[in-house]
Parts: sequence; structure tokens; C-alpha cells
Amino acid sequence: MISTLGRFTMALALGIALYGAIVSILGARRRKPALIESGRGAVFAVFGLATFAVLLMEAALVGRDFSIQYVARNASLGTPLLYTVIAMWGALEGSILLWIWILAFMSLLAVVIEGKRNREAMPYATGVLLSISAFFLFLAAFPANPFTAIFPPPADGRGPNPLLQNHPLMAIHPPCLYAGYVGWSVPYAFAMAALMTGRLGEEWIRTVRRWSIVAWGFLTVGVILGGWWSYEVLGWGGYWAWDPVENASLLPWLTGTAFLHSIMIQERRKMLKVWNLALIITTFALTIFGTFLTRSGILSSVHAFSESTIGPLFLAFIGVILLVSFGFLVYRSDGLKAEGDLDSLVSRETAFLMNNLLLLGFAFAVLLGTLFPLISEAVRGVKVSVGEPFFNKVNVPIGLVLIFLMAIGPLIAWRRASLDSLRRNFSLPLLLAFLGTGVSSILGVRGLYPLLAFSLAMFAAATVIQEFARGVRARRQISGEGYLTALSNLTRRSRRRYGGLIVHLGVVLVVIGITASTVFRLEKEVSLKRGESMHLGRYQVRFDDLTAWQEAHRFVVQGTFTVLNANRQVAEMRPSKRFYPSEQQPIGTVDVRSTPREDLYLILSSFTQDGASATLKVLIRPLVMWIWIGGAVMALGALVAIWPDRRVLAAEPVKERVAWQPGRS
Amino acid sequence: MATWKKLIVPIVITPILLLLAYGFKTNPRQVPSPLVGNSAPPFALSSFDGGTTGLEQLRGTAIVLNFWASWCFPACFEEAPALEAAWRAYKDRGVMVLGVDIQDREADAKAFIERFKLSFPNGPDPQGRMSIDYGVYGVPETFFINREGTIHYKHVGALTKQMLQGKIEEML
Amino acid sequence: MRRTLLSLLIVGVVGVWLRPAVGVGLEEQTQLLAAELRCPVCQNLSVGDSPSEMANQMRELVREKLKNGESPEQIRAYFVSRYGEWILLAPKRQGFNWVAWLLPFGAILGGVGVIGFVVRRSVSKSRAPREGPLPPLDPRYASRLQAELKEWGQ
Repeated sequence: MISTLGRFTMALALGIALYGAIVSILGARRRKPALIESGRGAVFAVFGLATFAVLLMEAALVGRDFSIQYVARNASLGTPLLYTVIAMWGALEGSILLWIWILAFMSLLAVVIEGKRNREAMPYATGVLLSISAFFLFLAAFPANPFTAIFPPPADGRGPNPLLQNHPLMAIHPPCLYAGYVGWSVPYAFAMAALMTGRLGEEWIRTVRRWSIVAWGFLTVGVILGGWWSYEVLGWGGYWAWDPVENASLLPWLTGTAFLHSIMIQERRKMLKVWNLALIITTFALTIFGTFLTRSGILSSVHAFSESTIGPLFLAFIGVILLVSFGFLVYRSDGLKAEGDLDSLVSRETAFLMNNLLLLGFAFAVLLGTLFPLISEAVRGVKVSVGEPFFNKVNVPIGLVLIFLMAIGPLIAWRRASLDSLRRNFSLPLLLAFLGTGVSSILGVRGLYPLLAFSLAMFAAATVIQEFARGVRARRQISGEGYLTALSNLTRRSRRRYGGLIVHLGVVLVVIGITASTVFRLEKEVSLKRGESMHLGRYQVRFDDLTAWQEAHRFVVQGTFTVLNANRQVAEMRPSKRFYPSEQQPIGTVDVRSTPREDLYLILSSFTQDGASATLKVLIRPLVMWIWIGGAVMALGALVAIWPDRRVLAAEPVKERVAWQPGRS
Repeated sequence: MATWKKLIVPIVITPILLLLAYGFKTNPRQVPSPLVGNSAPPFALSSFDGGTTGLEQLRGTAIVLNFWASWCFPACFEEAPALEAAWRAYKDRGVMVLGVDIQDREADAKAFIERFKLSFPNGPDPQGRMSIDYGVYGVPETFFINREGTIHYKHVGALTKQMLQGKIEEML
Repeated sequence: MRRTLLSLLIVGVVGVWLRPAVGVGLEEQTQLLAAELRCPVCQNLSVGDSPSEMANQMRELVREKLKNGESPEQIRAYFVSRYGEWILLAPKRQGFNWVAWLLPFGAILGGVGVIGFVVRRSVSKSRAPREGPLPPLDPRYASRLQAELKEWGQ
């Protein structure tokens, strides 16, 4: 029953989405409000149907309805409730359903929030959003239908992949990441609308930027959570392996960040219109590229869903997006010429252009490295691997220059930076950076890259603090407010600027965390008999006990280790190995003791049958927590930047220059 | 509009799409072995029931060298009967079938051998030296070594009776 | 700007001078080499990072080979002869592989050149005196201008 209902819902939603897309665009071009209204209604209808489908699927999962193939493959009687609920996005078909729902929800929000302010663009954007929905609904209705029935229904399901039921992070990482991916559909839709209406004015910039920050914020959190998941769940002691799908999530983040900077140039100088549109299209295409990689089987990856036939469909979709969008952009490019000019080589505009160049260079390096095994096979017929050594060697220098730009960007004035202003702005941060370098080398940092990383990070932090301090001081001089009041008022007056500075601070924390945890990393692997100890860094680790027991859905072997620091007990840690009936190899579960200073990471590598001895791998990685905190700070900055002002817009904006009139092209 | 502008979009995008499409034909998990066509690396396999078999001793015999594990389900389970049948059919025709058990426990391995009544020599590879020497990256993998000691063919995955027969005949 | 560059130069000199002592210990050498080899049974992990049994065995083998006096280059060559180039986690810097190593930097350098050119051109355009006729006046403003000029004239 659920199966039929679900399949019908998907097919109906597909039909409505297609109808709505056609009707929206037609209504906009022929200026028929009735059609436009109908298109709007389609968005609401698709959201309703998508919600219904999600509820159906959850009902089937929680009710353990094994007559549905997806439930039979991803749930089981023994799986705990939480993991049964989140199994909805654990495998291919369900993940597409999640994508559909988030896209439907965001389309709804876009229509409701932006409808009044963007009357002319909205129907075009609606049409584009419904077209994207239609593609994913097509996948869900035909090749990847989550509601396919299986006959006869098995007595028990296979249960989710053990890696997906080891940690509750699985509940937030995929939805967050998908929100980050899907979020870029809205700026893309408005970009296409701009190409169709010819309007690229202030309101358009505001709308596109608003949604870009939202998408960027979710994407940032999604990527950081992915690193956390890799660290805590995959249990190899690291948080980033340059796996193809990790890279694919980083690519739209890089191009999206570039866009968030260069859009400021368009806002102030009415330049770079074509460039910004190209960036939005690229970012959106990269979000689809990421899901394509996971589902096509062309690159081996931790994340690969089972190889499926929808790979070619995704490739066709990407091809259509790229060819149509860029083709349209080139076709319209003559009407999108810059309306302003730059004043000086030394200016924030130039710094932003360099920022864009380096972010895209970084993205290009990541993309090239990810695809190079394929390229090598195509050209030479020889398979090569491209992993961490390559990416670190190529990306670290680029990243360092980016941090340098991040540090000096806010200090260089728009339009033209005078030598005087440079001197005034740079002195204190530079001094602090110098001090920081000194401190770092005393603490034992060696090597050019790590020292540069710390110095530049401190330079950037000093810049941010200086900007806040100056602003607060200026406010207090005028109004005599207390420090905190001044700070909050300052931020409220200029959310984007100070939100952006907070994001920069978050990046600094992440960079310091990554550098410290890499440069000061200690590791040792030792076989211990019961009662024996080993030492690493400041800690001694003693092997106490090995216990084993059967749980409903797995068999667990757990080691108990006491951690001492200078003979004082600090913690008791329990890494384990879990044996799942459906897996050939056990899944290791690490135990991590995190403090702001360092992480102590224990992996149970192996053990003897009698439990008399165990092989333990111990890692000490300083400042790992700073990475997660930095990610949270970045998200906070995005939130600050986007928080709506209750200020009413003063006057009607000056009639913007319209590049062309629709209907007359 | 300038010609280059009209052409730039398809010219840049089409190669990328073609490359990704090419990716569908390749299998990232299949890695061709550089050992095929070269001399087989020497080994000394001590079997579970005592006795050692070395590559040198087998000069002049065609060898079917099979890497397996008791936890390798379902592939090793599927090919074990085929290997046993091939052994029985060809052992008097100058063909040797050897099984190497990797990353396993002796008790489980012996149970596996018992289950499929394998009568050809099987031995463990305790430190993985032999499997690394042969570039093994999964189980099951089978090497067909001809009478001169050159690796004739490497097969990744379960073997069927027809495949076994075909490859052995090629070597004789 | 000069001060920034000077300080960066100093940092650079200090950094190179304080280069970390190259690990001579057996453990460190093993770790370095293991980080360059790909674990054959994992997804994109190095032999150094991977917790799998095969990776353990490969690490042992590397350690033994180092103890026997083999050089890192010889050990890498051994693994390549058994598994193919695929076993190295970064493509060997030879022949076609140079494309992967150099193209990103080439693209960035090229981009710097493009930016320099574009910015210079834009700056000189903004500095050039406006030549030629002004763009035509919007007719609504034109009539208003006439009206206001008439008022002023009175």
C-alpha cells in the first residue's frame, strides 16, 4: 500500500513540477498573471507532495515494512530507532528523496520571501527551480524509486551500512551538506532569471547574496561535519583524506566563497557582471557534480553508493546545465558590460580579484587532482593514484597566499589605498604577526610552511581584532556606550562587514588547528600484554582489560585502557571493534579524549583471541578542537551577516540600467 | 558577436563531459597487474598439513596460484568447488593447484578447507609477504603460472569452471 | 607594503633556517615512506594511516627493508613493480604526470598576468578624459531640465 501510494506521489509531483516550470516561464514571457500564479501554486503542491513522500518513507522505515525494497535493504528489526529514522538518507534512493524535499522546501521559501521584492524575476526563477526539481523527481519516479516493492517481503532487513550506524553525527551531516548543496539552486535560479529579464540591479544582488550566504553557511558546516565524521567514525586518526567526494564538497565551497567576495565589487562598481554570473553557474554545476561522483562509480571513494545506472543521467543533466547556462550567458554578454572602472592597482578591488584567482586556482588544483586518475587512464592507459601527498604539496602554498590576502584585504581601502592608510592599518597587525612568529618558533615550530601558516594566521586575527577595536572605540567616542553595547551596535549597523570579519576569524582558528595538529602530531603503535603500559608525549597508556559481548545488531570487543599523566589518572578509554553480521571485516570504533589543547586518540588495531594482549595505536594531535570551533565561528559569522535588519529601506532605488527588454530580444 | 565567443562554451565544456563519460567504461577498482608476462616471484609455501612447496620445485609444472580467505564471502565460497574439480581433473597432467590463505586464522582456514574438501595444498601467508610480493589487493585473486615460470594471466574475483579450464588448457 | 614584504622575507629566512631535522630514526623513515604508499584495500588512505591488516603487513615489510639497508627509492620501486604506479599516492614526477603538478601553478600565474592586464586597462580608462559626446539625455529629464532652466532664467 505504501509502495503504490509512494510511487504515485512521486509521479504526480513530477507531473506538477514539469507543469509548473512550463507555466511559470510562459506566464512570465507572455505576461499572464494567471499562469504565474499557477506556477507559484505548483511550488506549494510539490512541497506538499514531497513532505508526504518523506513521511511515508519514515512510516515504512519505523514500521519495518519490509515489503518495500529500500526498507528491506536499509533497516532491520535489530537496528535502533534513531538509525532507522536516519536510514532514510543512508542509501541512494533515499538520499535523492532528501534532496527533493530540501529543494522543494527552499523553492517554497524563495517564492514566499522573494516573490514581492523580485516581481519580474520570480516567475523565471520559479521555472528554473521547478525544472531542477523535475529532474530529481524523474530520478525518484523511475530509475531510483525509493518505493519499489519487493516480493516476497523478507522476514528481516539487512540493516544500514554499519559505518552509518556507528555515530549520531550521521543524523546531521548529510542534511546539512545537502542544504548547502541545494541552497545554491536559488542563486542559480535567479541568475538564470537575470539572463532572461536583463535585470541585474541592487535588489537582484541583495537577493542572490542572501541565498548564497545561507547556502555557504550550510555547506561550511556540512564540510566541517564531514571532517569530524571522518575523524570520529572512520577512525584512522585523520579528518581529511582528499577522498574524491570530500573534494567534491570542497569545490562549490571554494567557488561560492569567491563569488561572495566578487559580488561586492559588482555592488560597488557595477563591474564583473558576467564573471559573477559565471561563478554562480559554476558553483551550482559543482553541487550537482558532487552528487554525480557519488553515484556514478567512475572514481572509487569512501562515499560511493553502489554503482547505479543513474550516473549517465546525472552526466546528461550536468551537460545540459553547463551548455545551456554558459551558452545563454555568452549570448547575453554584450548587454552585461561593466558600468564602472577601477581607480588604482592598489585597492581592495584588486585584492578581491586576487582572492578570486587563488580560490579558483585552489579549486582547479583539487579538481585536476581528483580527475587525474581518470585523465591518466584515458591518455596513457595507466592508472595512477592522487592522494594526500599531492594535494598537500600543491594546495598548501596556494592556501598560504589566501590567508595572506585574507589578512590584508580588510586593511586596504576600496578604490584607492594611499600609502598613509596602508601604513596606519598594517603596523599593529604586522607587529603582532612578528611576535606570533617568534612565539611559534620558541614553541618548536619548524619549517617554512608551518611558520608561515602561524604568522599569517595571527596576522589575519590581528586584522580582525583591530577592525573591531577601532569600530568600538569610534562608537564609544561618539555615544559613550559600554564596550559590549558598542560592539553589538557596531555589528548591527554593518552586519555584512562584521559578520565577514567573524568568518575570517573562524578561518584563522581552522588554519591554526590544522597546522598544529599536523606539525605536532605524535603517533605510536605497540602491542601490549594485560597490565603493560606504553608512553607517548606526556601520557602513559596502560592496557587493563578486554571484554566482549553480544548486542542486538552486533558483536562488540572492547579494550579498556587507563591513561595517566605523570602517574595521575587522567581518563579511562575504551576503543572497540564491532562485528556486524553483514560485514566481512569488523568496524573499528575509536575513543578520543578531546581538550582544547590536544586530542588523545586510541585505536584498537588487533587483539588475541584469549584477550591476553592487544595492539594499540595511540595518536596525539594538538588543537584539533580548534578546527570544529573554527567551523562554528564561521557559521556564526554567516548568521550575523545574514540576520535581517528591521530597518526600512529609505527611498525607492534609482531605476537601474536595464540591459535589454524581455520579449524584444 | 565575435566567433571565439560563440565557440568558447562548447569547446571548453565538451572535453570535460567526454572525459566523465569515459569514466563509465573504466572500473576504478580493477587495477591491472604489472607482473603479467614476467617471471613469477619465488615463494616457499608451508601448507597446513605440513610440507613446503617452493616455486623452484615446480619448474616444468603449470601452476594455478589462488589467494583466498575464509571470510571472503561469497566469492571464495563460489570458486572453491571449481578449484577442487580442476585439481582433480588436471593433477596428472602436470598442473599444480596451490591455495594461499591470507589475513586469516588457522582454525577458520582449516574449517574452510574441510567444508569444501580441498585436497590441493593450502598454506597461510602469516606476514603477508607472499601476497604483497604478488601485488594482491583483495580476495580472491588467482595467478596462472606457466611451465617456464612466467605469469600467464591474473584473475581478480571468483573463477568459474569454464574459465579455469580455458586458462589451464592455454598453458598446456 | 614594503614593510609587509620585508617581514615576510624575514619569516621565510627564519623558517628555512629552522628547518626540522630530517627524521633519521627507523620509525620516522617508515612513517614517511608509508605515507607515500597507497593502502591497496582501502579507499584513498595511505599505508601509514590505514588500520587494515594489509597495511600493517606492508608497514612491517617497509620497516624490514629499511633495516636491511634498502633505500626509499628502491622500496618504492619494489612496490611499483608489484602493484603498478597506482600504489604511489602521488603521481611520479615524470612525463605526462607533470601536467598534474604544474598546471595549477601555471594557471594561477597566467591568471595574475590577466588580472594585471585587465586592472591596468580599467585604471587607464578611468583616468582618460572623457572624449566624445555625452550619452543622450533621458527625454523625461530633458523636459524637466528645460522647465527648470526657464524658471532660473526668470
